Amino acid sequence: MNELPGDLLFTKDHEWLRREEDGSVTIGITDHAQGALGDLVYVELPEVGQDIEEGGEMAVVESVKAASDVYAPMGGNIVAVNEVLADDPENINSDAYGDGWIVRMRPAGGIDESALMSPDEYQEFIDNLDD
Amino acid sequence: MGSKTPLFNKHHEAGARIVDFGGWDMPLHYGSQKEEHHAVRRYAGVFDVSHMTIVDLSGERATEFLQYLVANDVAKLKEYGKALYTCMLNTDGGVIDDLIIYFMSDTDYRLIVNAATRDKDLAWIRNQAGPYYVAVAERAELAMVAVQGPNARELAAPCIGAEYRKAALALKPFNGLRAGDMFVARTGYTGEDGWEICMPAAEAPVVWDRLLAAGVAPCGLGARDTLRLEAAMNLYGTDMDETISPLEAGLNWTVAWEPENRDFIGRTALAALRNSAGVQRFVGLLLEDRGVLRNQQKVIVEGVGEGVITSGGYSPTIGKSIALARVPSGDYDRAVVDVRGKLLNVRVVKTPFVRNGQIRINLWEKHDE
Repeated sequence: MNELPGDLLFTKDHEWLRREEDGSVTIGITDHAQGALGDLVYVELPEVGQDIEEGGEMAVVESVKAASDVYAPMGGNIVAVNEVLADDPENINSDAYGDGWIVRMRPAGGIDESALMSPDEYQEFIDNLDD
Repeated sequence: MGSKTPLFNKHHEAGARIVDFGGWDMPLHYGSQKEEHHAVRRYAGVFDVSHMTIVDLSGERATEFLQYLVANDVAKLKEYGKALYTCMLNTDGGVIDDLIIYFMSDTDYRLIVNAATRDKDLAWIRNQAGPYYVAVAERAELAMVAVQGPNARELAAPCIGAEYRKAALALKPFNGLRAGDMFVARTGYTGEDGWEICMPAAEAPVVWDRLLAAGVAPCGLGARDTLRLEAAMNLYGTDMDETISPLEAGLNWTVAWEPENRDFIGRTALAALRNSAGVQRFVGLLLEDRGVLRNQQKVIVEGVGEGVITSGGYSPTIGKSIALARVPSGDYDRAVVDVRGKLLNVRVVKTPFVRNGQIRINLWEKHDE
């Protein structure tokens, strides 16, 4: 298992978040999530400028196996989407925390860190899942 | 914990992701389903299909029994080792299972039926066999692998006993032969050339290792499913089941109506359906919009009616989503599918989508039509 990048926060839905310097947050799905989904074949992205509520459907990732919703970990406005995924969804498989990023969002309010996990906490979380 | 095939430890060694399939712990993939799919289309891959149920039938009246048991006619089988694909129907004409029957002699046949339907199949066959005094023997001690792809036979040939190798390589499609304690058939479920090999369980890990050493890719159930979908080969339980007849599942070609006086189980119901108007079609769909078609999504044909996707997914060879669907009768070549609340455009296409490494459908509509 690869080490989880130290600057990320994680959700129970197997999403990762990175706070950017400009106040926006980059969001993707974790390496564990892509492994469980299998080869990704299609990613449906939101529109730039779109407002999404916390818990709202933000993107859909579809693998050879199944379709999976990606929910917004916080409410906010979409400031960028990873357009490259339209043609290369497998970037999520090969580089979930880098080239496989999905959206960048400007949070409407603060980020509730108590609901998020540190890399160590997330590692423990997935280690304790029934695989 | 499910049942394990004799190759379970080999799957583990090869890094398989194991899933439950009909009560069996089977490999879904060994890292990348797409790469395994391409390996079979372009070179060679091997699948563990030991979970499938092998049943040997023997008796003086075995031929007569099978002519009654299944919808295709085993009288077509006259040469040793010849194979027949058929459905086994209930009296309503619904499909209990689909199977392959190999002719060994007119008193000996080998049946290969699905894993998930094993119990009901054996019960049904035994129940029907009684009056014919046909012995029904499950061969649970045998393992089975499918070696598939344009280079599969050549790479697998060294696994066959030297004295049988030439004959095995000379097998025509849909023919098999005994090779010592192995049974080798030029059959498969991928749309590629290759063999399916039955053998004693103890030999399977040895054959597996030899194939992998020869460069054959280990392939899981995931790739098996996308390969068979591209080849438009039906999957029992999704494309047809006990409530669906072969006529509504694109399997008309497996029903032998001649001779007219052959009474097979389900014939009466099937004949009534055949003569009724509006029997649903079973077609291939190509998604023109972006997205992925999935099983059970609704197909809407404007002005005609609605149908359902029975097998949908992503085609790694084509790079688009394809599906098999049961749709209303009528002459049309376009429809829409409700994909997670969005109506996406599909084109009705002639199957198979892919065969022997080649895309067989027109990816772009001809404008001069």
